[in-house]
Amino acid sequence: MSDQSAAVAAEAAQELAATKYTSHARTWSPGFIAKLILMAMVTAGCVYGVFMAIAAESWVIAGVSVLILAILLYVYFSKKAIPAKYLVPGMIFLFIFQIYVMGYTAFVAFTNQGGAHSADKEDAIVMLQQYNLKADPSGGSYTYSIFDDGGDYSVAIVNSDGDALVGSDGEAFTPTDNAEISNGKVTKLDGNDPVSPPNNATSWEIPLSEDDPSQGVLKIVTLNNAQVYQSSLSYDEATDTMTNTETGTVYHDNGEGSYESDSGETLSPGWWVMVGFDNFTTLFTDSTMSKGFLDSLWWTFAFAFLSVATTFFFGLILAIVFNHPHIRGQKIYRVLLILPYAFPGFMTPLIWKAMMNTDFGFINQTLFGGATIGWLDGPWIAKFSILFVNLWLGYPYMFLVTTGALQSLPGDILESAKVDGASTFQTFKAITLPLVFVACAPLLISSFAFNFNNFTLIYMLTGGGPNPVSNPNVPGQTDILISMVYKVSGLDGSGQQNYGLATALSIIIFVLVGLISIYSFRRTRSLEDMG
Amino acid sequence: MSNTSSTSSATMDTDLTAATEAVKTHEREIADAKTKAIANKPSMGHWWKEMGWRHVVGILMTIYAVFPIVFAINLALIPNATSLAGSSKLFQVISLENFRHLWNETSFPNWLVNTLIVGTITAIGTVLMGGAAAYAFSRFRFTGRRVTLTSLLVIQMFPQMLAFVAIFLLVRALGNVFPFLGMNSLWQMICIYLGGALGVNTFLMYGFFNTVPKEIDEAAKIDGATHAQIFWTIVLRLVAPILAVVALLSFISSFGEYILAKVVLQLPDSQTLAVGLYGFTSDPQTKYWGYFAAGSVIAAAPVMALFLYLQKYIVSGLTVGAVKG
Repeated sequence: MSDQSAAVAAEAAQELAATKYTSHARTWSPGFIAKLILMAMVTAGCVYGVFMAIAAESWVIAGVSVLILAILLYVYFSKKAIPAKYLVPGMIFLFIFQIYVMGYTAFVAFTNQGGAHSADKEDAIVMLQQYNLKADPSGGSYTYSIFDDGGDYSVAIVNSDGDALVGSDGEAFTPTDNAEISNGKVTKLDGNDPVSPPNNATSWEIPLSEDDPSQGVLKIVTLNNAQVYQSSLSYDEATDTMTNTETGTVYHDNGEGSYESDSGETLSPGWWVMVGFDNFTTLFTDSTMSKGFLDSLWWTFAFAFLSVATTFFFGLILAIVFNHPHIRGQKIYRVLLILPYAFPGFMTPLIWKAMMNTDFGFINQTLFGGATIGWLDGPWIAKFSILFVNLWLGYPYMFLVTTGALQSLPGDILESAKVDGASTFQTFKAITLPLVFVACAPLLISSFAFNFNNFTLIYMLTGGGPNPVSNPNVPGQTDILISMVYKVSGLDGSGQQNYGLATALSIIIFVLVGLISIYSFRRTRSLEDMG
Repeated sequence: MSNTSSTSSATMDTDLTAATEAVKTHEREIADAKTKAIANKPSMGHWWKEMGWRHVVGILMTIYAVFPIVFAINLALIPNATSLAGSSKLFQVISLENFRHLWNETSFPNWLVNTLIVGTITAIGTVLMGGAAAYAFSRFRFTGRRVTLTSLLVIQMFPQMLAFVAIFLLVRALGNVFPFLGMNSLWQMICIYLGGALGVNTFLMYGFFNTVPKEIDEAAKIDGATHAQIFWTIVLRLVAPILAVVALLSFISSFGEYILAKVVLQLPDSQTLAVGLYGFTSDPQTKYWGYFAAGSVIAAAPVMALFLYLQKYIVSGLTVGAVKG
């Protein structure tokens, strides 16, 4: 290291002496020009972001963009704040995608956000009216024509006064002068011929008036005919109620993010509201959820502990076996033994899943002579299989670190134990094991923390199954907490989305991980004192 | 010595030489015998007790370690893509059909390119941002330094993926404003991975930066170098090994990351290898094990080669902190 450093330093010094740099902030050096170009690009990006955010009325994003721009401009054009020049880029990413999302997780945990409660109330009212459209016979029907303007379709109709109107999906009809009309139908628009309706034409909703929503929207019903639709729900702002115009049922805001009728019927979609500790209460009191939660809680701890214990002892034994000074082919063994560690982690469980297949898998067919053992089908055998696969995944790491620890053991202690007549096993138990354990303790704790959230292994190998109930939101018998969060969130697309409950569970994991870390800090310090 | 008394000095000299020779030969014989005795003394039994069983363990362990990988190759070469039937007989059929289908009829080439783009840019970004942060912590003393370091130590304990629901909601909101940073955006994926980069790698790099003597910086400073020149031309070159390790670890971790990639990248053509290959085995109707295995073989080969090539550095990095994601 020192030779190399000296050489580099000398080289750099020569370069400097040759060019006589002062400070590139004051001269037009290539570095300064590069910085200017980069900063110009970043500024342009941020300004663009601010305008986009303002256009979308997203004030938080606009504010954050302005803030980021201000920080960057200050830090990189100020002559002070030198450490900040090096910290700011990473910190910005860290703040948004790690710290902010953690805080946001805590916030969502106290709401009922999810599939049925995803928007805010204002949007939910608009959506409710849009989703409950009914054909309005009094509004009449129109003969329409569709024109293709390079992928953007527009719809033209002729109103009762004989004037041509043009609109498109989501954009209200406006009068046009560039249309040719014959037989109450627009035959040419801007000189173009009409086209046949595209596949999604029936999903279009074209408001009849930009200013007056009560006129309803036009929907394409058949090849020739478009019909006026009106929402069957009308919203009364004064009383904050929704009324079904057909049945007369009145729906009130029930305080839980939905409109509810007196008979208990709710309208979907709703909007999200703060629900206090409801999500946490559900985890502990709802009978199916709390059973699933407590089961995966103990299994998470058991899995993490047993994973560390099995891989550590297996790795240590192998390290002792191959730590003999005169063994031939030590290097080759070493490379072959750490192959599982080099194999991409997400593929391993899947390969083992293929080998553990009940009917055609290699383990049943070849090793067990055609048996049909369901390695991943029973609650206990699946847990065993998970630990077995994790042994393959995890032992190389332990082999590497324990080999390192063994090689740094003080030789004189082992020597004197031998002189005193200790047996190999006694030496192992009284000297080797405790010393290696102390040396590896911090790594064992971080390995525990890693396995505590080893989503990939569980999800890829068993998917949390076998499942005691067929509800895709309820955890299976090998789900650990993090894979349970994934199930409850419904983001895999199989079940009902419930972000509030999922984030509440994430918060519990955060707390547990925090406790493990505090323990780890204390423990490591005390172990160091011991060593 | 020779037994006959000497008559002339000339003969005596010859005798002496001969005698010395004889003694030397004898000594050599004894030495040879001793070596042989040591080597053969307890015969096979002792060799077995001392060495042989270790090789037996070694061979068994090699089979255990290598077999699943061999099995993956076997599975990839069986032309029946949708079933595991026949996979238990090794190398009965050898066909490249899976590879052909995978390449021509699935989104695999897209996944490969996406993974390379995300992995490479994330690795470069991680090295630059982590290196810059480590440089600041190692070389400057500023207010808030200790607090920031401690906070990083605390933050790095909470894996980013725990917040995947919030990340999903954030990406959805960002996508409404900036479509190129919304769902299915590789740029957004890179941003998310970079957000987790600083917490994980700063400490590893910080420790390594501290081993570069400060005197070098100071000498350069006296010669008129700016802090930026010291960083780019001196310090970064001296810490090159740790930069390589961090880049590789970052590449491997984004290569294998599933949950965030699954949540953000939803269109088939925008996905990464982890999400796409898993999809082959989790389709509710047909499980394309053959395609999965063929894809795994293609994707794993370069990663494993790189890993084994750099294993010396990685092992030294590992002992600093547990870092495999």
